[in-house]
Amino acid sequence: MSKVLILADFINSKATKTNAELATVGARIGEVTAVVLASAGKGSAMAAEINKGPVSKIVVVESDAFVNNGVAAVADVLAQIIAAQSPAAVLIASHAFGKEVAARTAVKSGSGIITDAVDVSADITATQLVFGGSTTVHSKVSHGTPIITVRPNSVDAQTGAATPAVETLSLQVSDASKKATITSSQPPVQGGRPELTEANIVVSGGRGTNGDFSAVEGFADSLGAAVGASRAATDAGWYPHSYQVGQTGKTVSPQLYVACGISGAIQHRAGMQTSKTIVVINKDPEAPLFEIADFGVVGDLFAVLPKATEGVKAHKS
Amino acid sequence: MKIAVCVKQVPDSWAEKKMVNGVLDRENVDAVLNDLDEYAVEEALRIAEAHGGNEEDGPHTVTVISMGPERATEAVRKALSMGANDAILITDAKLSGADALATSAVLAAVIEKGGFDLVICGTESTDARMSVVPAMLAERLNVAQLTFASKVEVDPAAQKVSITRVTEAGVDEMNAAFPCVISVVEKINEPRYPSFKGIMAAKKKSIETRDLTSVGVTVDSAWSLVADSSPRPPRAAGIKVSDDNSAAQMVSFLAEKKLI
Repeated sequence: MSKVLILADFINSKATKTNAELATVGARIGEVTAVVLASAGKGSAMAAEINKGPVSKIVVVESDAFVNNGVAAVADVLAQIIAAQSPAAVLIASHAFGKEVAARTAVKSGSGIITDAVDVSADITATQLVFGGSTTVHSKVSHGTPIITVRPNSVDAQTGAATPAVETLSLQVSDASKKATITSSQPPVQGGRPELTEANIVVSGGRGTNGDFSAVEGFADSLGAAVGASRAATDAGWYPHSYQVGQTGKTVSPQLYVACGISGAIQHRAGMQTSKTIVVINKDPEAPLFEIADFGVVGDLFAVLPKATEGVKAHKS
Repeated sequence: MKIAVCVKQVPDSWAEKKMVNGVLDRENVDAVLNDLDEYAVEEALRIAEAHGGNEEDGPHTVTVISMGPERATEAVRKALSMGANDAILITDAKLSGADALATSAVLAAVIEKGGFDLVICGTESTDARMSVVPAMLAERLNVAQLTFASKVEVDPAAQKVSITRVTEAGVDEMNAAFPCVISVVEKINEPRYPSFKGIMAAKKKSIETRDLTSVGVTVDSAWSLVADSSPRPPRAAGIKVSDDNSAAQMVSFLAEKKLI
């Protein structure tokens, strides 16, 4: 049976739920081996976190270079494993770090690369939604080992318990991959909310908040949602840039996207229009985002959101 | 310092984009300098200006490097009008439909020949949105990768660069010695508008055009191929409410859809 490698995805040494999604996609193609790249001494603890989804095997490599040198070191070792194991495909989470690892790994292994896949079939055909989600594209890698990054939250993951065999490999990171040094790392500040691109529900605020995100955050918290923001809101300094949804920010694809006081410029749509369900709250009945809303509320977000927050809490209790 | 800035001409992000024969139709849309590359040009100019400038008697140079069709000179000219010194445009019919691997191979060959201390890029192009070319350049050039920078500090005497890297995984402080590849996020600066003087000066600046033979690279056909593409059906608008009871109706809608 063919073998598929997935690069295990961690934020701050905690496994993300993207791992089960990568494994689910990978299992369509072949037997899934998760590659866990850990700093010295952390390998078995991090491997133990890969406990969901169809993962048959885990290979662990320990090196402080993964933390101290980042993308280059990770790609270095991943390419060595690809060379040794000749997998049918390599699947990596499609975020900034994952795409950069994929980029360098593709160059090292002489392989084609596809980023931002929302699905991958058994014959390794990737589905992408391009041009702001307006066009569906199916593509295949035609050279080397297909290196494919898969967008978090795009596939329904099998989350059954996994009890993979764990093997530790002794591989060295070359000095050429240690040219950039990371001197300190701060994990993202999330205030207990889920990560934006992984969240099942995203509540975003725009110009209509006038800089007051309290109602947006209150509603998000009642839903256990992540908070996002339009470019107008981040440019105004109302919300941190890292929360920007749209063409030049994050692309999200949650089960539910609630846009509050966002008119819906094409650049914003590009980052959210593949959401499964879209709810729009805006004072302006002509706001373009209503055109793609499954449910639209014409009204002041400061009046609607507190009531809706109470309603959600009542429903849940 | 010799600073290179890699830029790309892209379809205007407001324009409707279409696929023709598996590649983006670039001919029938308005084309502009990729928004995100303006931040790279600006940062290159600021780095030069902070250490003596890149004007006639300044010690530094900022060279714009781009790959694309001949009309990409328009985008390159914009970067020159912002204040870059000169430009190299790699244009060759064989590059039509080139993927990121081919693009990075061509850019890397030109950069290597030019002997640059710093290579500065935007984080992605607004058309393909892969965010992979800066990392590929660092890999191909075998130099340090300092990407997704929200802050760049350069010490020309020590030949060192420090950046703050901002991604969804958090904030990292990183540093490396020259030469290195840097990509900058859009919050790093406010790109200047070309002045009238800058626009006039740009008309006299040199844009050197090279083909693949003079670059000395052969490019394979793309290593990932589009099998098919189709427009997705537009989303239809659903229910729209505006009465006093709208919040309760919204909650009912979410409950019906089992979203809460």
